[in-house]
Formats: sequence, C-alpha cells, structure tokens
Amino acid sequence: MSVFAEISEQIQNGKVKGVKELVQKAIDEKVNAKDILEKGLLAGMDVIGEKFRKNEVFVPQVLLAARAMNAGTALLKPLLTQAGVKASGKVAIGTVKGDLHDIGKNLVKLMMEGKGLEVFDLGANVDPEKYIETAKNENCNIIAMSALLTTTMSVMPEVVEAAKKAGIRDKVKIMIGGAPITQTYCDQIGADYFTPDAASAADLAAKVCGA
Amino acid sequence: MARKEYTSTAYTDVKDFIYGSAKNPVKLKNGMVIGGGDVYPELNFTLPTMSLNDNTWNTALDHYREIITKTCERAYELECPGFTCELETLPAMTFKPEWCIEVTKVCCEIISDFQSKKGIKGAFRITPNDNREGDQVTHMYKGDRWDETMKAFEGSGKVKGDTDLIFAIETIGGKEIHDDALMMCDLKKAVFAMGAVACPDMEKIWTAIVDIAHKTNTVPGGDTACGLANTAMVLAEKNYIPRVFAAMDRVMAGVRSVVAMEVGCTGPDKDCGYEGPYVKAISGNPIAMEGKTASCAHLSACGNIPMCVCDLWSNESVQNIQLLSGIAPVASFETLEYDCRMLRTAKKKGWGAQLQEVLYDSDSLIDPHAWIMRPDVVLEISKGIVKETGYYNRVKAACRLSLESIKKGSDSGKLRLNDKEKDWLGQLLTAAAELPDTAEKLWEEVKDDCEKFDPKKYDLPYEF
Ligand code: B12
Repeated sequence: MSVFAEISEQIQNGKVKGVKELVQKAIDEKVNAKDILEKGLLAGMDVIGEKFRKNEVFVPQVLLAARAMNAGTALLKPLLTQAGVKASGKVAIGTVKGDLHDIGKNLVKLMMEGKGLEVFDLGANVDPEKYIETAKNENCNIIAMSALLTTTMSVMPEVVEAAKKAGIRDKVKIMIGGAPITQTYCDQIGADYFTPDAASAADLAAKVCGA
Repeated sequence: MARKEYTSTAYTDVKDFIYGSAKNPVKLKNGMVIGGGDVYPELNFTLPTMSLNDNTWNTALDHYREIITKTCERAYELECPGFTCELETLPAMTFKPEWCIEVTKVCCEIISDFQSKKGIKGAFRITPNDNREGDQVTHMYKGDRWDETMKAFEGSGKVKGDTDLIFAIETIGGKEIHDDALMMCDLKKAVFAMGAVACPDMEKIWTAIVDIAHKTNTVPGGDTACGLANTAMVLAEKNYIPRVFAAMDRVMAGVRSVVAMEVGCTGPDKDCGYEGPYVKAISGNPIAMEGKTASCAHLSACGNIPMCVCDLWSNESVQNIQLLSGIAPVASFETLEYDCRMLRTAKKKGWGAQLQEVLYDSDSLIDPHAWIMRPDVVLEISKGIVKETGYYNRVKAACRLSLESIKKGSDSGKLRLNDKEKDWLGQLLTAAAELPDTAEKLWEEVKDDCEKFDPKKYDLPYEF
C-alpha cells in the first residue's frame, strides 16, 4: 500500500496517532507536502464524506476523521507555508444574530474543513458586521450563514446589504442554509447559494473556491 | 418547596396506564380536568416568516389574536369539550418580558371572552424562553437572563384574568456538554450532562418557577428536555447519529424532566417531551404529547405511539400561514380535536386498551425510540429507575435499562434494528457497563473534554 493510501485509511478510521506517525514518516522521506495533503489526508476525508452522504457512517465517525486530519495538517502546515501552498479557499461561517442553533452550522463547518477549506467560525448569534469584518480582514471567498428560526432568517438580507455597503459584495459569495431556508428565499434576498445539507454545502463551497 | 424524590412509580399495573387518565388529574377553574378521563387538544403555533422588533410587534400581536380567535371559534363549532393553547415565545419576547406578558394578556382575554359568551372551555399555556446561553451569562441563577425569564412568568401570571394559565419552559441546563456528547455519541458525557448538570439545574429553576406559580395562582405544568433529547431525536432522524443513542438519551431525559414534578409541578407536562410517558409513570401527573400531528414542525419516527398515555394531544408548532381550508393553526387544531374525539370514543366503548395496542405496535416494531415509549417498557424501566436514589444513579439506571430493553427487543425479533444500529448498541452497552459509581468519578473521566462547561456558573462543586 502506498503511504498515501495508508494515510487515507488511517483518516477514515479516525486514528490521530496513526495519521501523525505516517505523515511524519512521509515528511522524513521528503514526500511532497502538497501530495501528502491532497492524496492522503483529503483523499481520506473524501471517502468518509462520501460514506456519510450515503448514510453508511454517522457523524462521530466523520468527526474522528476530521480530528485525525487536523492532526496531520498541523504537521504539514510549516512545509505548506514554505512551499507557498495556500488553503484552497476561505469561509466565514456563523449562525445569524438572535439565533443560537448551531449544530447544523457546526456540521457545515466540519464538512467544509474536510474539503481543505479554511473556515473561520464566528459561532452563534453573530452580528451582521462581524461577518463583513471577518470576510474583509481574512480575504474570505465565502460568507456562510445559518438560521433556524423564521424570525431570524430576516437577518440574512441585512448581511447581504452590509456586504454591498462595505464594497465587498463582488469579492465574496454569500451562502445560506438552515431548516427554514429555501432556494426561493436565497434568490429573493440576493444571496448567491443555498444548499439543503452539510455535505452539499461543502461540495459547493469547494467548487466556488475553485478547489 | 423542597424536592421530594419519588420512591415508587405511580402505576403498578400497565392496564391502568392509559391515555386521558392520570393518577393526579389537574382540575382547572373552567371545569376541565386534565387527566380526568378525556384527552383534550393542545394547539401550538408560531409566527410566519417575519422579523420581530419594535416596528413589527403589533403585527405579531395581530397574528396571535387571529390564531386564538379563530381557534376558539373552531373549538366552539366542533363542540370540543376543552382545549389548551400553548405559546412558546420567541427569544426576543423573553429578552423583553413585557412582550411575553402582553401577548399572554391578549390571548387570555380572548379565551375568557369566548368562555363567557359561548361556553367553550379553554386554557392558555405560556412558555417563556430559557435564554441562559452565551458569553454574557456568568451565572445560571442570577443576572439579566434569569431575571427576564422570571419576570416573564410572574408578569404573565398576573395578567391572566380569570383564564386558566399554565407555566412551562424548555430549560437548557447541561446542554453545553450534551451538544458535544451527541456529536461524538459519547455516552459518558451524555450521562454526566443529564445526571450531574441538567437534573440539579431543573431542581433550582423549577423551585423558583413553582414559587411564582403558587404566588400567582397559575398551574405549574412542566419542562421538556428539548435541548437535549429532542436534539438527539432530530439528529437520529437525519441519520446523523444512531437511533439507539437517541432512544437511550430519551429515557435518561425522563429522570431529568420528572424533577420538575419532584419540586411541586402538577402537570400537564409539556408537549415536545417525548420522555413524557416516563414522567407520567413515575409522578402520576398528566402529560401533553405530540406525534404525527407535529409533522408540521419536525419529522419523527414516533407518530402514533406518543398518543398511548397522553392527556393533552399537541402539534408542537405551526406557522400562521394561509392554507386552502383556513389558517394553518386552525387546520392543525381540527386534526388534533378529531384525534382526541377518536381517543375519547374508543375509551367510552371500552376499546381504550385495544386502541392503545394499535398505537404502540404501529411504531414500536421498527424504531428503538418508539420501542422505549411502549407503555409496558416505560413502566418496567421506570420501576427500575425509582429503585435507585439520587440523580446520577437514576440517570445511570435509565441509561443501562433502556439499552438492555432495546437489546431484548431486538434479540427477540420484536424490534427491528439494522446492522449499523446493532453495532452501536453493542458499543453503548459496553460503555454503560463501565460507568463509575459516582458522578464525581465520572467527572474525572470526562473533564478534559468539557471545556465549554463552567461548573461555577451552576454552583456545582466540580473542578478542572
Ligand atoms: C435542537 C433544537 C434546538 C436546540 C438547539 C441546540 C443547538 N446547539 O443548536 C435548543 C433547545 C437550544 C433550541 C432552542 C430554541 N428553539 Co429550537 N430547535 C431544535 C430542533 C429540534 C433541531 C435543530 C437541529 O439541530 N437540527 C439538526 C441540524 C443538523 O439541522 P439543521 O440545523 O437544519 O442544519 C442542516 C441544514 O439545514 C444545513 N445547514 C444548516 N446551516 C447551514 C448553513 C449553510 C450556509 C448551508 C449551506 C447549509 C446549512 O446543513 C445542516 C446539516 O445537514 C429544531 C426542529 C427542526 N425541525 O429543525 C427546533 C426549532 C428550530 N426550534 C425552534 C424554537 C422555537 C426554538 C426556541 C425559540 C424554543 C424556546 N421555546 O426557547 C429556542 C430558540 C433559541 C435561540 N435563541 O435560537 C422552532 C423554530 C420555530 C420558528 N418559529 O422558527 C423549531 C423549528 C422547533 C419547532 N418546531 O418549534 N432549539
């Protein structure tokens, strides 16, 4: 088995220690860091993500895999920075002002990270300005908002407006989701994308970022 | 009132454990007796998509007026013998308790008016929010969030007029640990969250609410583990976590929700607590339940079985939107009342037990959460729970007994579980067997992974 396949397998099994050892070994053997990331770590996350989508595994397995991936990525980070490899995209994510439902948002974040995106988690009850500030400061490709209450989804258009006002609307895509959100609502408020679940949200975000 | 731990179940024979009848019925001033034989509908409703702020508050009130008025009219037309309407306020309405109080007044006045003019019997349940979340909250039992909620209760109690008012809330104690426990399906953390945090939190907050209820002559109804076991149920329904985990979590939530009764609540317990049957089995107090009628709010694998021992029958929540027949809350109310008519008629004909059997067998053979809601299973596990003393031991017993019951159901072929579920059931049984004998020892095992939890906020003795 190639070292990539081995890493991928350890990721799928959520083995932090195993992943760390294998990544270190690959680094020591001067394997290209970008290859370790893409063909090993991300490849493993892809498999587990696909299994999750097909209802073959539950969230805990995905979380364990993500933990293992983070451990591996931490080892690779200095090398990747050295080689000028950047995260394939950046996302500012949060649950909108007035809303504390964050489980769905957390899943979306997790799946996005699994796609190799850098995600800035603003938490729940997030002020419109906070999305804009983060998107600006971190040069985010995407602002992702979650809302679960019919009375808080109306904060979403405020963020769209704030992005226009801040002059970043052409640089940042706005993605929305949560149980009461629909494509119609997305179109109505002038956001860019809506998806109904975490896996499709991550796929789309990766595509938008050109990853 | 000091807590009085139940030492036996309220029912010994499962034959007595039936819908509409509770050991300790709740008599209202208007003549309704909840748990006195009949099941009544409980309508829940919410606003359509709109923002809620100073500018829109009057529009919101108009929605609530419309909902209550049209529901009372329909109740009259259907000759409904009694009903309750529950309003779960939206967070903004507890942050600003005046709103909660105002809407209670408006709704109670409409009900009272219909009562005197048309002779219908209606009661109102107000459910303010438990907003004790977020960075600003430094203590669970003092500060703005606590004060606002208590003010919402007290003020509502004072403006109810002659309408029967019931208090309820969905408290969130222990949620910060429990959320993570769910995502990782971490049995130990879930047990700790329920047994060591949620139960004592229930004791404190409900002691205060019961006090206000007594002062304002209001009915202290009950609490549901919405933030805990319902989150688990919804996640399981989405295939995110195993159903066996959610089922186990539900039984543990029974121990938690009955604490409200132990400090003086009389029921009716609140609708979205699918742990309600455990609350009724142990306390004998009436309960509200929801099932297929809640599909307007969330999907679930328990559609019929929650009816088995319910005393109020609810729809969880429906938005005030227009349907072909009328507004959605009225349509929902009508469905509820026809369900209740069926339940009442079956009982009158002496077919209550048969109907109950249809209700439980229709769900419990294919889903573990439904399985643990079977009246026989509920009573058996409840008897095991009350043998133990103290929150932790009771939650631990609930955890183990629920898993064992599911295993027995599956082994005997009465409950169908797929291989993935069976695999998790095995893992959970192993983890349950490893639970230490005290909460303090369990804390030592889980504390490294509980960074969101601040024991001091709860006045709990645990230390990192
Ligand atoms: C769990 C839950 C809670 C928990 C939250 C725990 C937590 N840490 O999040 C608690 C108990 C705290 C809670 C509180 C309240 N809740 Co609540 N809650 C729910 C419940 C049961 C499930 C939500 C959930 O976690 N689903 C599972 C996740 C995984 O699904 P999801 O969030 O939809 O996310 C998925 C997709 O939507 C998508 N997605 C999500 N975000 C994003 C973002 C992007 C960018 C994209 C692309 C996709 C995407 O991907 C996710 C994964 O696939 C729902 C019922 C329901 N039908 O949804 C009610 C529900 C949302 N709550 C409701 C209410 C009323 C409340 C309260 C006001 C209740 C009260 N009386 O206090 C409070 C409000 C608190 C607040 N300020 O926000 C109502 C809302 C009604 C309304 N008018 O809008 C609901 C619908 C229940 C009901 N039927 O009445 N709640």
